[in-house]
Amino acid sequence: MNESERLVELIPRLRRYARALAGDRATADDLVQDTLERAWSKLHLYRRGTDLRAWLFTVMHNVHVNRVRAKRPTDPLDEAMPELASRASQGDALLVRDLDRAIARLPEEQRAVLLLVTLEEMSYDEVAQTLAIPIGTVMSRLSRARDKLRAMMLGGVAAKLKVIK
Amino acid sequence: MSDEAPITEAELQAYADERLAPERRAAVEAWLAARAEDAERIADYRRLGGALRAAFDPLLEEPVPAHLARAARRSAGWRRFAVAAACAVLGFAVGVPAGWQLAGTRPATLSPSDAVFMARRAAIAHVTYSPEVRHPVEVGADQEAHLVAWLSKRLGVKVRAPKLDDAGLALVGGRLLPGESGPVAHFMYQTQNGRRLTMYVRAEASKNRETAFRYSRENNVSVFYWVDRDCGYALASADLTREELLNVATLVYKQLEP
Repeated sequence: MNESERLVELIPRLRRYARALAGDRATADDLVQDTLERAWSKLHLYRRGTDLRAWLFTVMHNVHVNRVRAKRPTDPLDEAMPELASRASQGDALLVRDLDRAIARLPEEQRAVLLLVTLEEMSYDEVAQTLAIPIGTVMSRLSRARDKLRAMMLGGVAAKLKVIK
Repeated sequence: MSDEAPITEAELQAYADERLAPERRAAVEAWLAARAEDAERIADYRRLGGALRAAFDPLLEEPVPAHLARAARRSAGWRRFAVAAACAVLGFAVGVPAGWQLAGTRPATLSPSDAVFMARRAAIAHVTYSPEVRHPVEVGADQEAHLVAWLSKRLGVKVRAPKLDDAGLALVGGRLLPGESGPVAHFMYQTQNGRRLTMYVRAEASKNRETAFRYSRENNVSVFYWVDRDCGYALASADLTREELLNVATLVYKQLEP
């Protein structure tokens, strides 16, 4: 199978990740498109025989970071931020909306780690490789991301007070 | 069990992801059994993971929008990649240009007849000038800076004379030619034993078009041609083999990348 076909095969996964990363469908598909364009322009940097998926997610990560940087200053999670969701939220649409809002509140670098681990089910090593960060950083970002997401989605004083190194 | 290595936060994360080796899994479970708060926290992590997948996995089942499939297939890109792969086999590297335009906004690719026409003009120019012994070029390589500045000015785009020493080719010089839609820059190179190659460069009316490398043979002249952004290029030689020409094309291509 050539790279072109493999790129096509990976589109649904890119879309899923992009959707979670970007927060809405249109932005996500723009991100996927930019990623594919960029992948073609950078294909000479891809070493054949290595993991095309990890490489492609690296490209997407870089494209995303550049877009975010160009668009707005980052809005890191304020620790004292009010709870976004309540357990009363029912239905998929509400869940997705709440998750979107909560994910959007995560610092960029934590969000990427959480989504690659949870959605892409990448190994921690693959995440480290994809984002070009040490594995220790992967683990600490994952821990922080989960803790914040938990505080936002599930609320609860205990979760908020919990201090994770 | 309490004598074993302490449970780290990283292990708790791995446990939440069900990625711990069995022996450590047992240790973590024993550890969590005595710590209700942490146990609840890890259970929440798993629940949140499930919620994330439930929220976003449906995207995997959706049909891929046509414009994205097109962006992924990018046949010209693929052909370029095939060339790059072929070059890699031959021991050369070639870049793929930055600055692809969005598929939807790009003008149609160069029509084959137009490109073939350029290749033919390049072949004609090659057979016209390359046998010249006394007047192969208008401006010699000794005035390269002037030559390049002059041709750039006449074409209205920045033209460069690539260094082809790696292919054993030295610049002889260049000239201005009439093209079907404007002036054309024509560079000549030759090897130590006098084998010649010419490079035909024309300004492209519509910017940001890109085509794959194409190869054609006009009588005895091999031509490699492509369009990249501002310019159309055709390398022609009656003396070099197809492989040598491909090598030169990759050298040229690399150097023309911004």
